[in-house]
Amino acid sequence: MNRTLPHFAPLAACRRGAARFGDPRVLPIAVTVLLFIALFGFGSVMYTGFFSLQVLFGLLVDNAFLLIVAIGMTFVIISGGIDLSVGAVVALATILCAVMSEKWHWPVAVIVPVVLLCGALYGASMGALIHYFRLQPFIITLAGMFLARGTCFLITTQSIQINSADFHALSQFNVTIGSGSLNTGALIALAMLAAGIVIAHLTRFGRNVYAIGGNERSALLMGLPVARTKIGVYALSGFCSALGGVVFTLYVLSGYGLQAQGMELDAIAATVIGGTLLTGGVGYVIGSVFGVGILGTIQTLITFDGTLSSWWTRIVIGALLCAFCLLQRASERHAARRKSAGTGMGAPMTGGTRARNAAPLDQAKLAAAPPRA
Amino acid sequence: MTRAVTLLRYLLGHPLLWPAATLVCLFAIDVAHRANFLSITLLSGHLFGAPVDILMNAAPLVVVSLGMTLVIATRGIDISVGAVVAIAGAAAATVLEGDPSQVVLAFGAALGVGLLAGMWNGLLVAFVGMQPIIATLILMVAGRGVAQLLTGGQIIPIGAPGYLFAGVGYFALVPCDVWIAIAVTIVTALIVNQTALGLFIRSIGVNPVAARLAGLSSQAVVFGTYAFCGLTAAIAGILISSNVRSADGNNAGLLLELDAILAVTLGGTSLAGGRFSLAGTVLGALIIQTLTYTTYSIGVPPEATLVVKAVVVLLVTLIQSPAARAFAARQLRRAAGMRRAAENAQAHPGTH
Repeated sequence: MNRTLPHFAPLAACRRGAARFGDPRVLPIAVTVLLFIALFGFGSVMYTGFFSLQVLFGLLVDNAFLLIVAIGMTFVIISGGIDLSVGAVVALATILCAVMSEKWHWPVAVIVPVVLLCGALYGASMGALIHYFRLQPFIITLAGMFLARGTCFLITTQSIQINSADFHALSQFNVTIGSGSLNTGALIALAMLAAGIVIAHLTRFGRNVYAIGGNERSALLMGLPVARTKIGVYALSGFCSALGGVVFTLYVLSGYGLQAQGMELDAIAATVIGGTLLTGGVGYVIGSVFGVGILGTIQTLITFDGTLSSWWTRIVIGALLCAFCLLQRASERHAARRKSAGTGMGAPMTGGTRARNAAPLDQAKLAAAPPRA
Repeated sequence: MTRAVTLLRYLLGHPLLWPAATLVCLFAIDVAHRANFLSITLLSGHLFGAPVDILMNAAPLVVVSLGMTLVIATRGIDISVGAVVAIAGAAAATVLEGDPSQVVLAFGAALGVGLLAGMWNGLLVAFVGMQPIIATLILMVAGRGVAQLLTGGQIIPIGAPGYLFAGVGYFALVPCDVWIAIAVTIVTALIVNQTALGLFIRSIGVNPVAARLAGLSSQAVVFGTYAFCGLTAAIAGILISSNVRSADGNNAGLLLELDAILAVTLGGTSLAGGRFSLAGTVLGALIIQTLTYTTYSIGVPPEATLVVKAVVVLLVTLIQSPAARAFAARQLRRAAGMRRAAENAQAHPGTH
């Protein structure tokens, strides 16, 4: 192959790149990255002072908790589930931090691990219910959301101000990089991001999550630990929500039960815009970063503009969500048609996303296999 | 005698037994707490009393839950109803703000907007083929923005007497809300049970592929259920905005979608589709409203209502889940087996 037409290699690479771009696993994330760059470029052209490292870091600082929650949500959605309790768990974590710090006067070094452990256990128990009793993740995490919010209000209906010196010191901690600076929350978010990428792509647990999302029955038949992985996924999401809650506490320095209302919607939107398929099995943690980045940039653009009202944020996010879902459907259909060579035979019945080359391979095998006696 | 036994067996096996029993239990708690709970007084031509109160406040939830029942019966879900309630109220308020005499136009605008929202959801689910949660999530996220766009981010007060009649007026001793809820229930029941539509919806819920292969235009039916759900959400939007005499784009119908889904599940409709009961849904909605009323009147802090709701959702889903029932049966059998083994061991101490 190398001998024939070597000077066409760049062209072939281009075509290969184009083919990869059309891949339903890569296309949405590529579109997301391009959209993020376009939005940021638009802001830089339209408003003076937008194009700076500080604005870029500001995106991370202001959305650190959302990013952390979205990372957990990405794992849940890749595994084929959904977690509606994240916003409520964030609120519960802020209340727990505030109560432990102000009422019980515990040191930060004790509070944070306890809160994170509570979040992980909360998620794990929801995961256990979902797995062992075959309940719908939607309903169970909905009950989890009610329970967490209700617990918040049972603890206190007031907003608790945090006056602990440790918390103030932590929240004012800054690292200056170039012309911008990052605070504790942003650093935690970056650390969580690195951990998320490592877990998703370099560990056995991550592989299992993708396998279960692709096809749970197959994963079970392959002998993968489905129960452990599913419970682990919800525990991870609970952990991320609790960590998001800790970062949120550092951001606002108070605990309140009405905090982070509707955050589950933002997290799901960021994950979907980041190219994670809601049918499970496909998605990248890094995509959710750009999803959160797009949501944050829209908010920053509206702040910079000054004449647009805040509700445009929701409308634009809804429109983007719609566009990305349509894009997912289109690329799924395209992949299905290519897989079945235009016969429509290999089309997924319920939008299931199979591995790209699975169907032709199976058909080839079937054709080559000797007839059964 | 045998007839009584048959009747008893029929009643015990009836799917509405559990929701009805729950409702009766809640009423019993209320009566135990306050003996004159069930008393209704006639005051200047209006009926007053706790049961009337519960019926009136449950009306929007009943209406929304009926639409949600049909959507869930086709294996779908509509989480945008809360946002549609806000949009419908905002649309009516916008019309009335321009000209308070245009009451009919206001009703029309609210219903039209709701129908449009439902059709949008139906389009995405039935024809584009999106997952129902995601398709309706789009409107749930964008809907409140649209409602605030209509109201300009303000809470618009509504003063038109004709419009307020729907939410605070009385007709033949009973609040209008209740009449509207009854009317919607009857119309829905007639459409679903007196035509083949109920059968179509059930067959799509049981097996969508088989329904399509049997020649059923399932896309049209699914589209229709979402459009109907949008319409019922708009009616609820009219009731709510008229009851509080204002349209609030941000808070009207907040978390209503969750209450509606809860009402539908409480009523015995399977979330896996195919099995639904409109009467059960009405009972479910009444249970939720009575539960709220009971927690308030007993003096449990109102904040605890959410916790109670969470426990109820968990219990109901566990009862509905075959895996959980099998687990419970296994535990019971094991316990019985252990007791028998213990009895055996006591009876024949020498054998072990």
